[in-house]
Amino acid sequence: MALVTHTSMNTDDAAAPDGAAASREPVISVSGLTKQYGDVQAVRGIDFEVARGETFGFLGPNGAGKTTTIKILCTLANATSGAARVAGHDAITERDAVRRNIGLVFQDTTLDTYLTAEQNLRFHAELYGVPKAAVVPRMHQVMDMVGLWERKDSLVSTYSGGMQRRLEIARGLLHAPHVLFLDEPTVGLDPQTRSSIWAYINDLKRREDITIFLTTHYMDEAEHCDRIAIIDHGKIVAIDTPEALKASIGEDRVQIQTADDDAAIAALKETFGIEAAVHEGAVTFSVAAGEQFVPRLFAEFTVPIRSVSVSRPSLDDVFMSYTGTTIRDAEASGTDAMRQMAQRFRAGGRR
Amino acid sequence: MATQTTDVTAAPDAEQLVGAIRVAVPERGLRHDLRAVSIVWRRELIRFRTDRLRAITALIQPILFLFVLGTGLGALAGRGLPPGIDFKTFIYPGVLAMSVLFTAIFSAASIVWDREFGFLREILVAPVSRGAIVIGKCLGGATIATFQGIIFLILAGFAHVPYNPILIVTLIGELLLLSFTLTAFGVMMAARIKQFQAFMALTQMLVLPLFFLSGALYPLNGLPAWLSVLTRIDPLTYIVGPMRHAVFSHLTMPAAFEQHLAPPITWAGWPVPLGLSLGMVAIMGLGMTVIAIAEFSKTE
Repeated sequence: MALVTHTSMNTDDAAAPDGAAASREPVISVSGLTKQYGDVQAVRGIDFEVARGETFGFLGPNGAGKTTTIKILCTLANATSGAARVAGHDAITERDAVRRNIGLVFQDTTLDTYLTAEQNLRFHAELYGVPKAAVVPRMHQVMDMVGLWERKDSLVSTYSGGMQRRLEIARGLLHAPHVLFLDEPTVGLDPQTRSSIWAYINDLKRREDITIFLTTHYMDEAEHCDRIAIIDHGKIVAIDTPEALKASIGEDRVQIQTADDDAAIAALKETFGIEAAVHEGAVTFSVAAGEQFVPRLFAEFTVPIRSVSVSRPSLDDVFMSYTGTTIRDAEASGTDAMRQMAQRFRAGGRR
Repeated sequence: MATQTTDVTAAPDAEQLVGAIRVAVPERGLRHDLRAVSIVWRRELIRFRTDRLRAITALIQPILFLFVLGTGLGALAGRGLPPGIDFKTFIYPGVLAMSVLFTAIFSAASIVWDREFGFLREILVAPVSRGAIVIGKCLGGATIATFQGIIFLILAGFAHVPYNPILIVTLIGELLLLSFTLTAFGVMMAARIKQFQAFMALTQMLVLPLFFLSGALYPLNGLPAWLSVLTRIDPLTYIVGPMRHAVFSHLTMPAAFEQHLAPPITWAGWPVPLGLSLGMVAIMGLGMTVIAIAEFSKTE
């Protein structure tokens, strides 16, 4: 009886392992998606697809619409307009079917800290109807994966932030979802813990047949993705592999510290015809070949230069070239709007 | 951190397990829903078991009412009572009802708490019916509140209430019904009220009027019209009445006293049957459960 159910499940899910047609169908497809919270338009019409087995990243500053999109895909929020399909099911009309096929790790912890790690996982297993015989072995497997099996009987309140996040990842995987959503999986963690979380995620990609959708506002983390979408003010401004995005910029970024930034900007325009602006406290501009440009800069420039740095294109530059600002600057100016959003979520929207 | 990473990669059995465990989440069905009801219920019990302080503090208020208020007022109000009982006996059923009041509503408050700490999201994103979650929660709250009531039931002898098995079973049944309805009320409120402080303030504001108007401390006959009307609106009245009836039917005293001290609840002179009285509490509980399910089924 149980066996029959399993087989029928596997054939009926879009992300079923066999069949070329099934694997060609995107695991996530979104078209014309919008979401309005009162006067705030959090998502302004986005389209994208995620293929099976892909690690897809949503990159953007806080308040850009990342969390809202993930909430819609995870059936936690309704879209104002547009369509979203996840694991072969409509995220708005077939909520349960979507929920069965996805795992979630939220930005803020959703563990019951008064229970032990094992009790948290067991709660999840029962709630998701994981077949009884599979509960313990699967629990062992996912907790081993994040190195927490030895600590399974400890109360979650005794866990560090990084351990809690790992436990959440384990829990999100417990019911063997086809898609794992990670909303800012490393936010608020120290750099060492962040890199260990990434080690677990990369390990996971190797072990399980899973599609990962994640959001981040850390540039360096976006590099872990197969493809990324850059989202700003509720719109996708670019979508491609990190390499292709970097290649599309092509130019090196030069940052100079000068005694007089305004004079430096004016001089750059006059002498070299280069548009520069102040970002992160330094005069910043792009040139095709940085190492050839710097000697010219020193030879021909009249404004005293204190330091020069040349960097190969990074995702930061990609972000800058598409949005006209660095992600840190975008967050600084967006802080007020974000705070209002956060209050709104805390007051009413959080479910 | 580094050691943990090596631990993982060095675990060969985990590697082997990958292919071995096939997990398929089943389609929603009754069995799955029952498992969900059961685990939500069990979580309430685990949380209650690990929180002994809550069980103890919840006992303090009814004990104060029974022994301090009961003994103190008894000197004044107990003069007309037949031998073998005193004012404590009279207020015992009402105070027993009160002993579950806080626990039941407080268990629903954990939803507000869960929302603030994020755990509610983990529950609401599960592929399980909202009904199973709400019912599990209501049953969990009802169980721990009834358990709280049973602890208070042990003190019955101090109020000259006999430890009669039939009486005890009747009272436990009535406590269970009351606790379920109160938890359902709390869950319904928790679906709407998102701030913990607001929830606690509101319940604090409601609890004492509910208790005072239920006839827990005075007989319901011969009251001024305004108070008489208010007592009939209070849902708690319809459980305190039957509970007192149960207690008094197991005491030996002249019929006139019983008629005076534990009169049936009346609507404009018509005595409300016990069954109807309890049925109303049950219907209210179910109605509020349905509203709570509808509230939790909404999506932003």
